[in-house]
Amino acid sequence: MNWITAWRRRPWAGYAVVLAALAAIGAVYAGFSPADRAEASNSARAEQDLNNGRQLFNQNCATCHGPSGQGATDDKGTQMGPSLIGVGAAAVDFQVGTGRMPAAGPGAQVPRKPQIEQFDVSSKDPEVAATARKNLEDLSAYVASLGGGPGIPAGEQVNPEGADLALGGKLFRTNCAQCHNFAGSGGALTGGKYAPSLQNSTPTQIYEAMITGPQAMPVFNDTTVTPEQKRAIIGYIVQTREEPNPGGNGLGRVGPVTEGLAGWLIGLGLLVLAAMWITSKKPSKLKKPND
Amino acid sequence: MTDNKDTGGGTPPPEPTATDGTDGAAEAEERTPRRVIGTPSPAESRRLLATDDGGEAAAGPQPGEDIDEAQARKAERIVATLFVITFLASLGFIVVYVLSGRNGGMHGVRRAMWSNYGLGATMTIAFLAMAAGITIWFRRLMTAKQIIQERGDLTSDAESRQAFTQNFMQGATDSGITRRPLLRRTLLLAAAPLGLAPLVLLRDLGPLPEKKLRHTYWREAVEQARRQGRQGARLVVDGTYTPLRRSDFESPGGMITVVPEGIDKLPNILDEVAKAATIVINIPQDKFQPVKGRENWHVGGIVAYSKICTHVGCPAALYEQTTHHILCPCHQSTFDATKGAKVIFGPAARPLPQLPIGVDDQGYLIALSDYDQPVGPSFWERG
Repeated sequence: MNWITAWRRRPWAGYAVVLAALAAIGAVYAGFSPADRAEASNSARAEQDLNNGRQLFNQNCATCHGPSGQGATDDKGTQMGPSLIGVGAAAVDFQVGTGRMPAAGPGAQVPRKPQIEQFDVSSKDPEVAATARKNLEDLSAYVASLGGGPGIPAGEQVNPEGADLALGGKLFRTNCAQCHNFAGSGGALTGGKYAPSLQNSTPTQIYEAMITGPQAMPVFNDTTVTPEQKRAIIGYIVQTREEPNPGGNGLGRVGPVTEGLAGWLIGLGLLVLAAMWITSKKPSKLKKPND
Repeated sequence: MTDNKDTGGGTPPPEPTATDGTDGAAEAEERTPRRVIGTPSPAESRRLLATDDGGEAAAGPQPGEDIDEAQARKAERIVATLFVITFLASLGFIVVYVLSGRNGGMHGVRRAMWSNYGLGATMTIAFLAMAAGITIWFRRLMTAKQIIQERGDLTSDAESRQAFTQNFMQGATDSGITRRPLLRRTLLLAAAPLGLAPLVLLRDLGPLPEKKLRHTYWREAVEQARRQGRQGARLVVDGTYTPLRRSDFESPGGMITVVPEGIDKLPNILDEVAKAATIVINIPQDKFQPVKGRENWHVGGIVAYSKICTHVGCPAALYEQTTHHILCPCHQSTFDATKGAKVIFGPAARPLPQLPIGVDDQGYLIALSDYDQPVGPSFWERG
């Protein structure tokens, strides 16, 4: 154990210990914070010539949602996937378009993730993207054919340009901000669920989420919040992404949690190091130059 | 440390004021600090605080390593540079202040932001550089010597106390306060209201809320609707103030924040919304279990609860349509919307109050009365 003792006595040992402790706290925090960048389930499926909605459904969805979309349970009777009868095209476009479906596995929350190749509408390869768009349309149309439900909104319905931002802000703060945070950064719910950030959502996806109520989100149908009011909310969400951060870094705009974390780790950490430096040993007297 | 002979180059030899006698006299002369006037010398301090520390401080080697004059000059230059940086940053602060006030002051968020950045950065640099300079000066250039300050007795000696007592009694006699009771009593009378004055100032904490917390604007709205021959006050969507039909709100899993009709015409709308804000939830009827005595308070699973958490009054509206939990974001109080919003987790002590709702002839959702209990957190006279 001699080397430890020797190491401990070095002048920088104290600083190193403090830095290591800070890094450890940061690592533990990162471990507990929700990891919303889940592994892509791009189990490089051989690209097959599937442009039929039913075939896509049978391949990607039927395991959990049942061969005819009625929902399915596993051996123990636990529900694996809910019934898709009546969810409509908008729900499929949202769930598959955001990569949430097909789900990587069961859990409290199905996170947003990169789409599988068949539905990778944002692919850099234009051919893949075009095929994916066609696949998504076919699948949405097939599920809608199982039994009605809200359709995919038209482009003009979700155009944030010229929307009533003041009204949108009011409605957002009253009905959305409690879960998604005042700047759309998301927040925690019960039992490991969380409201996701809206930073990467497209206007169409925001609209679809409101009318379909994915996962734990309540439904805001078109008669409760009219399409024009929904467009105002979308306009507000898009607008807040452009807002400057007066007074420093935005810290994700998730509120006092990150600010407190930064204050404790960075602010207090620097103060501790400064205090150690100020109070460390100092010379007892000057030596002669020729010494 | 074998630096006994090394001093004299940088520091003037201090005047010997006392020796502790534990080591050579020459060394003690160099080691002993110049005595601060009024403090006892270390030699006499044996009585109270002359511990091992004291002896060592005066005689033995001290902690820390010594530096040579070349390094000291280098440190001096560093400190001087830092002080010049402080000087420049302070000038910069004044320049930023003057510039950000040009054309008659701030205009817009961005201008204020850059002004804040400029003022904050220059002031930070100024203070930080000065603090760093002083610390380096202290650590690299000042030499350390331990000084022992003796703590004397806290009590005065008997002679002084005797004198004080005599003076006090003499003063009391001279003033005649014992001989003239009228003066003594009127003086006390004069002082009493001054002592009571702070208690009177506490009045500014009021006035008491009276009965304002016991009802919400739903009561006025229902009364007004009844006067117009309707059954109850319509639920209007908060923000747009459009009334809500039952058929508008048919989607299972739906949720919306509503307020009483007419609240948007009030001058104190924010005060009233703060109490009357209500969430309406559409719960699938097979999941909904109305509380006993409230069987008629919902419309086919459409149920209305106060949005104000019963813990400390945050807006509790994080409704999960899968679990039917209503979560309060402040302290994680969780309510079960299917069972009269009873508390299933967290610090809230009571369920969210439920608003009795129905449907009027035209199909609109209406409130049949005010909440049957005060909404929001507990207060002193709530009972």
